[in-house]
Amino acid sequence: MAGAEFETPELSEHIEVPELVEGTMEHITCFVAKPEHQTDLGFPGEKVENWKEVAIDKMGDLLSRYRSFQVFMDACVKCGSCTDKCHYFLGTQDPKNMPVGRQDLLRKVYRRYFTFAGKYFPKLVGAVDLSEEIIDDWYSYFHQCSQCRRCSVFCPYGIDTAEISMAAREILDSIGVGQKYCNEIIGKVHKIGNNLGLPGPAILDTLEGLEEDVYEEDEVAVKYPLDVKGADILLVTPSADFFAEPHVDGLIGYGKVFHEAGVSWTLSTKASEAGNFGMFIGSYENMRRVSLRIREAALELGVKRIVFGECGHAWRIAYSFLNTLAGPFDFLDPDYPVPQHICEFTLNEIEKGTLEFDKSENDDMSITFHDSCNVARASRMGDTPGGQFEIPRKVIKAVVNNYHDMEWDTIHERTFCCGGGGGLLTDDLMEVRVKGAKPRMSAFKNVMEEKGVTHLAAICAICKSQFTKVLPYYGMDMFQIVSVHQLVSNAIVLNRKTPPEEAPGYGEDDDE
Amino acid sequence: MSSVYALLFIVATIVLVIGLTRKIVQYAKTPAPLKIPTTPAPVTQTGVVFRLFREVVLFESLFKSTKWTWIFSWLFHMGLFLVLLRHVRYFIDPVWLPIQLIQPFGKYAAFAMVAGLAGLLVRRIFVDRVRYISAPSDYLWLLILLTIGMSGAMMTFVIHTDVVAVKQFFTGFWTLSGGELPMDPILLIHLTLVAVLMILLPFSKLLHIPGVFFSPTRNQVDNPRERRHLVEWARKFEES
Ligand code: SF4
Ligand code: SF4
Repeated sequence: MAGAEFETPELSEHIEVPELVEGTMEHITCFVAKPEHQTDLGFPGEKVENWKEVAIDKMGDLLSRYRSFQVFMDACVKCGSCTDKCHYFLGTQDPKNMPVGRQDLLRKVYRRYFTFAGKYFPKLVGAVDLSEEIIDDWYSYFHQCSQCRRCSVFCPYGIDTAEISMAAREILDSIGVGQKYCNEIIGKVHKIGNNLGLPGPAILDTLEGLEEDVYEEDEVAVKYPLDVKGADILLVTPSADFFAEPHVDGLIGYGKVFHEAGVSWTLSTKASEAGNFGMFIGSYENMRRVSLRIREAALELGVKRIVFGECGHAWRIAYSFLNTLAGPFDFLDPDYPVPQHICEFTLNEIEKGTLEFDKSENDDMSITFHDSCNVARASRMGDTPGGQFEIPRKVIKAVVNNYHDMEWDTIHERTFCCGGGGGLLTDDLMEVRVKGAKPRMSAFKNVMEEKGVTHLAAICAICKSQFTKVLPYYGMDMFQIVSVHQLVSNAIVLNRKTPPEEAPGYGEDDDE
Repeated sequence: MSSVYALLFIVATIVLVIGLTRKIVQYAKTPAPLKIPTTPAPVTQTGVVFRLFREVVLFESLFKSTKWTWIFSWLFHMGLFLVLLRHVRYFIDPVWLPIQLIQPFGKYAAFAMVAGLAGLLVRRIFVDRVRYISAPSDYLWLLILLTIGMSGAMMTFVIHTDVVAVKQFFTGFWTLSGGELPMDPILLIHLTLVAVLMILLPFSKLLHIPGVFFSPTRNQVDNPRERRHLVEWARKFEES
């Protein structure tokens, strides 16, 4: 563990902008990737001799390939309006955790090597030579950004620190200084097919277990199929769904929805992971490699549709990038969006009237919804802007009686990160995670006190894992975080007694 | 002395135009490989035009963010905009009607501009977060603009300059007929700083002016599921 002892921040009723305290988070550095984890991804195993040149070259390369990076490096006017928008700053007081403070770690080097002013008048514009200390700062502070994009909502030029963190991490990787957590995981996906490194038999085992559990409870044979050729739908979901609470309850829910909707579906061993950590390290190449598995699985299984389970950044990549990275998907049924989110699927069925619910099954809970950053600020659901806010809420409201939103300035596109996104969900960053969760925990606590809310529902595997860990630090219970499809699962009434695959006339009723 | 200023403005104009064009070409040529609009984002091109319009004219994101900063920068920018429009009359003859109509507003807009800039400067000095992120150049820009605004307002409201001569000097630019600039110290300070601003603009944070139009988080259409987005360098991966 990197951080020894730290204090959990006290929750405040409103978002209070703290005074700056320099260097509070300087001591936090996550574990460095081992050589084999680096080389797996095509990066040098260890810090290269000529790291300075390599880093500057890489920066130049990225500037020429990413308009976002180039424009964002130039356009900041230091207006300061992003400074109090980052949950990590709010929770730690460290000025280098202010979005612009974080960007400047890279920008001051950019100015020095790539701009006229920085070359000839470095002092005037705050440009500095690249040095060992700067590399250390990059490594510390660009791994204290969850790439949640909250800052980009409030910047007059849309400057997105997530893009800058991605660039910084790619530069660090290119000189051989990678982060263990992300790079090890990406290696596992490339080799085994999912972030947790679960082999096919283990997944099969889990799914059979789920079938038994559901049968025991509901006396209905809901199927959780794996690698079924010719199924209509390929479900791609975070591997956490095969594994831990409350994730797995969500997976149970998806299965019940598919069952009741009467569609045939399957999971795939090859695409047994929706998450794609390639994005966190800013590597187009790795992101593409991970995405291609989904295309291959879809082709091999001959499915007509792809549906994604509950995972925030996975949905960003699915919605915004999949078509780019692994498309075109012209072999799928053009009547459905490619890909579709499970919440879109479920709401669609609810609106068609195929699903029946007994909301009272969830009466032991009063729910609020946590908009996950990557869903809220980097993707969409449905046809209209903001569908990603409405659709999950509609699903929740269809299955629970008690629902209350948190404060308006902490939800929708202003939502606060759980504190563990963007490749920070690792124990060596626990201090960052706990402190960064403060604004979200405050808003949750407020709605608990004011409206009697008991549970926080989320559609992101990282959020769920993070809250499970962090809630206890704030004196709450780890089971207060639930999956949206866990709520669906609780309330759904299983009217269809046979699995769709075995029902006569199957396949005729699933065209809308 | 007049010819020194004539030369200065010729240089300033050339640097401004070439410098800015180079930057715009660079931005336009740099590919944006992934769709990254900050959502909720418009799903049509028209929607994007509206979004940019709201950003550029109303400073929408800034409004969401910090009301004080919004008030000050909006005052400053709108003031500057009106003042610039008013200045068009020094370059053309006859003066277009809309420019004539704007004159009285343009005059007082100078106060809005100066007030906005002063507010921004105070904020930069007294808010610890903003002070932390400020480099010397950030203060310098505010001071340059403040001096330009105040010297301009002085000439309008306190010590009048021979504007007819000024106009002759600048229109003489186009017609190459020349003209004599009044040797008025306030005017000379005003003009010198304007020239400095023009020369430095393409090398400074004032690049936010073209930048805002090229920011992918603001100018992209949110339609990745409907339409495949692929840039040249990424296409290469597909071929190998
Ligand atoms: S992307 Fe999120 S975590 Fe990163 S600087 Fe912006 S607000 Fe902070
Ligand atoms: S809001 Fe944007 S322009 Fe203002 S300081 Fe932050 S990044 Fe820079």
